[in-house]
Amino acid sequence: MPETNGHDAPRVGFYVCHCGHNIAGIVDVAEVARFAGTLPNVIVARDYKYMCSDPGQELIITDIREHRLNRIVVASCSPLLHEHTFRVATEKGGLNPFYFQMVNIREDVSWVTENHDAATHKALDLVRAAVRRVAHHRSLATKHVRIHPDVLVVGAGISGIHAALTLANAGKKVTLVEREPTIGGHMAMFDKTFPTLDCAACILTPKMSAVKNHPNITLWSYSEVSEVSGYVGSYTVKVKRKPRFVSEELCVGCMECIDACVYKEGKTPDEFNQGLSKRKPVYIPFPQATPQVVLIDPDTCIEFKSGRCKKTCVEKCDRNAIDFKQKEEIKEIQVGTIILATGFKTFDPKRIPYYGYGKYPNVYSSLEVERLVNASGPTGGDLVLRDGRHPKTVGIIHCVGSRDRNTNRWCSRTCCMYSLKLAHLLKEHSEAEVYNFYIDIRAAGKAYEEFYDKLLEENIHFIRGRVAEVTDWSARPEEEGKMIIRVEDTLIGVVRRVPVDMVVLAVGMEPQADSQDVRRMFNISCSTEGFFLERHPKLAPVDTFTDGIFIAGACQGPKDIPDSVAQAGAAAAQALSLIDAGEVELEPNTAYVVEESCSGCKSCLNICPYTAITRDETRQKAFINEALCKGCGTCVATCPSGAIRQNLFEDEQIFSEIEGLLQEKESVLTGGGAWRAPA
Amino acid sequence: MPEKPKVAFYWCASCGGCEESVVDLAEEILGVVNAVDIVFWPVAMDFKKQDVEAISDGGILVSLINGAVRTSEQEEMAKLLRRKSALVVAYGSCAHMGGIPGLANQFDREQILRYVYEESPSTINELHTRPQTASPEGGHTLTLPEFRSMVRTLDQVIPVDYYLPGCPPVPRMLKAALDTLLSGNLPPKGTVLGPDTAMCEECPRKESKPADLAYTAFRRPHEVIIQPETCLLAQGVICMGPATRGGCGAQCVTGNMPCSGCFGPTSRVMDQGAKILSAIASSLSAKETEGIDRTLATIPDPVGTFYRYGLPGSLLRRKIADHN
Ligand SMILES: Cc1cc2nc3c(=O)[nH]c(=O)nc-3n(C[C@H](O)[C@H](O)[C@H](O)COP(=O)(O)OP(=O)(O)OC[C@H]3O[C@@H](n4cnc5c(N)ncnc54)[C@H](O)[C@@H]3O)c2cc1C
Ligand code: SF4
Ligand code: SF4
Ligand code: SF4
Ligand code: SF4
Repeated sequence: MPETNGHDAPRVGFYVCHCGHNIAGIVDVAEVARFAGTLPNVIVARDYKYMCSDPGQELIITDIREHRLNRIVVASCSPLLHEHTFRVATEKGGLNPFYFQMVNIREDVSWVTENHDAATHKALDLVRAAVRRVAHHRSLATKHVRIHPDVLVVGAGISGIHAALTLANAGKKVTLVEREPTIGGHMAMFDKTFPTLDCAACILTPKMSAVKNHPNITLWSYSEVSEVSGYVGSYTVKVKRKPRFVSEELCVGCMECIDACVYKEGKTPDEFNQGLSKRKPVYIPFPQATPQVVLIDPDTCIEFKSGRCKKTCVEKCDRNAIDFKQKEEIKEIQVGTIILATGFKTFDPKRIPYYGYGKYPNVYSSLEVERLVNASGPTGGDLVLRDGRHPKTVGIIHCVGSRDRNTNRWCSRTCCMYSLKLAHLLKEHSEAEVYNFYIDIRAAGKAYEEFYDKLLEENIHFIRGRVAEVTDWSARPEEEGKMIIRVEDTLIGVVRRVPVDMVVLAVGMEPQADSQDVRRMFNISCSTEGFFLERHPKLAPVDTFTDGIFIAGACQGPKDIPDSVAQAGAAAAQALSLIDAGEVELEPNTAYVVEESCSGCKSCLNICPYTAITRDETRQKAFINEALCKGCGTCVATCPSGAIRQNLFEDEQIFSEIEGLLQEKESVLTGGGAWRAPA
Repeated sequence: MPEKPKVAFYWCASCGGCEESVVDLAEEILGVVNAVDIVFWPVAMDFKKQDVEAISDGGILVSLINGAVRTSEQEEMAKLLRRKSALVVAYGSCAHMGGIPGLANQFDREQILRYVYEESPSTINELHTRPQTASPEGGHTLTLPEFRSMVRTLDQVIPVDYYLPGCPPVPRMLKAALDTLLSGNLPPKGTVLGPDTAMCEECPRKESKPADLAYTAFRRPHEVIIQPETCLLAQGVICMGPATRGGCGAQCVTGNMPCSGCFGPTSRVMDQGAKILSAIASSLSAKETEGIDRTLATIPDPVGTFYRYGLPGSLLRRKIADHN
């Protein structure tokens, strides 16, 4: 690239864009161009219909050559949209691309007022500011970082599984870290899935074993990420592997040890079955668990508690897989990109006491019912209540912990549909009368409305209204021994009391309890509800504000399996596109410490949101890792002695811009004080 | 014998400490006296304004002017010395940035006069007499300088060539500055004649400063027993060291008191108070408004703490009072 004449006197080319009527309809663009032409240093000033079009860019390129311009200012739309376009044009004209400054007179001016005069006036102020600023621009080099081809996927629900398989099939090495003893996430608990009612296990378990057997996937279950450092292309990740007390290499999952355990019956509530059954200290979450390896729970195992167990499990295992001395291990890996697929947790219905969960035994959460109707669940699919009865009437209450000012305001998007699914399954398993209490039925998905229609024909009752209360206070003989659902039926405008044997609470989807810790560890953001925040809700739904870290599935917000899988594929594709590009360009808007100016006062060390700042302890000076710095400017403002500067946001640039803005009025920054602009 | 370069000293609104600091040159002062011809120094020598007026314009090599500018007389003398001098040095914090007298810019002229001549507890002034710029007395007119509406730094009144920071400047730096100016090998105009890194650099307590300070309360020096080896900020005592130009040899900190900022900011910083504030504010433990307010309430005099020597020269400059 021909080096530019940045040290010569500035020769500015100025262009104002009509953006069709978007700008020219409000701002007097001819006046803006005329005015710019009168400003110091401006050599050419033009207005043009569409500056971003090829002829528009060509204007810049030829002007640079013909008029020996060395600075370019374009007044048009948002830099997010076209800063890159115009920087490229500037570069094609033979200048360093950073001798360019953009003025946003669309989003910031013409779109926010209908007052032509005020708009034009503001545009002139902004243009004056930019022309002054650009004189202080410097030539900068875009930096490149290499992308390590390996990928880390965190969370092995359907999203993590799908992302890992997609990447592995493309030939990338993937480490898949799952915190539970088995992969599968929530989907592994379901019997059937809406709207097709295909069996969850039939579609999920093949993918689970594909993960286990894929040569490109390292599966670390029962493990958690404990530390992340580095930056896009080069992350160092520490993973804590919790001890199973059973060797993953030796165990073949025959489960003989479970039968042999000195406990004849399980005593501990089974997590996977939502506490609806009991498990032994040595257990496997469910028969198709992946990996097919049992584990021992040290909190309940007699050998761990007293050291005096007969260890019948060890005796039984002919592969010597049981190892009470197994220790937690910390593994370290290098990856270039990371996909977070940590999923969701269900709303705790105890938070709404008037629905009776935890008080009446026959009030269930939907997740419990998923297990109850599951052929491989705690009752083998027999719909038997906690009190041993079979229900004759069931009430499903929608929106529990969703669309509710007192708990969560958002719609959990899946509960209407899974409630329909459960209504169908409950009827199928019990012949009971099933009532759905809903606010609205949200069936916006392919074949979802049709599924709803089908349910309506299955003689399932739908009552529109938010349930006020579940009570056992009977008012009529037919209510004796039942729970009564009190609700205002808003379609007919009466308050109803519906006696039922079983209540199902369609609990909503929430961020994981540790989502804030996880987001901090990976340096990404959460939206106000606590779900991971995407970079752009429409145009970058799986990117985050941290380069090289992507999100997929329910950790980003409530969604069903089809949407989770689609996102997982998108996240894998984003990672692949980075890996295959081999390197990324970094915007050179980074901060740097001017070493001789740094007093080593440490004020900056802890304030960087991206932990880019460290201190060289021998030289006693701060140092900024350019690859980590995102150019947020926090440290630049913080450094009490002004030893940190930031490319594209140098003091002279910012102050000259402010002076330009305020020039018409009394200048507040000049005329006094001991401050001198650095020579 | 060739003529010796002429040097003048003058004081505006100041406490006299700067004059002392010249005397603090001790026996070195003899060298100075030998090398130059002191043509004006009201505190020590009997020259009059007419003597200065008699010197040709630019005839003085350097005038070292200390003190801020509040009255018409100070302004007049500053302008006279500017005309007569090749170089003007703003000497000490008050001339440099406004200094302690500059704190008066928190009040306007009327508030100050009303308080001092009428409302202060030690004043009895039933006739509400105020000083007048001219008052007839026995056939004569007695005059007083005018009391201007605000305190200004020297460079807000006349162009200043160099600055010697400090309240007062340290003799070592005065000596070095004089040597430089006499050598003729002049630094760029506007230079502050001192190092350009912050105080922490030369502070013996620097390494004890933790990177993460999580303040829940600040304490004033009289409220704690200050540990002699630990960074003062780590003890909750506001130390201006990180935001203050070094060069003093960490005198206050060595004396077990926090740096109060008299050397002013480094050349790269526009507003010393704002800078230390942004550094300290990022170290508060509380993250919500009430907690932050509670912590900041332990700084009872923020202007006097963060702008002790530099209010007139800062971006804040002065408060415009409203008189209702
Ligand atoms: C009762 C109920 C019924 C449903 N029925 C259907 C249905 O029929 N059809 C449908 O399409 N959708 C249904 N859904 C929605 C479905 O559950 C989700 O769309 C799907 O589970 C999202 O998958 P995921 O992988 O993003 O999250 P999850 O399934 O939650 O998986 C996340 C995984 O990440 C792991 N993890 C979490 N944090 C960490 C960490 N820090 N480190 C390591 N691992 C971690 C978890 O252990 C888990 O294995 C239902 C939801 C509920 C509540
Ligand atoms: S999906 Fe249906 S039940 Fe779930 S929160 Fe939304 S509206 Fe309520
Ligand atoms: S600019 Fe922001 S991201 Fe960069 S080092 Fe400073 S604080 Fe960190
Ligand atoms: S805040 Fe500034 S002076 Fe202090 S250590 Fe950081 S860069 Fe150095
Ligand atoms: S803040 Fe004060 S005490 Fe602490 S290192 Fe800096 S100058 Fe020394």
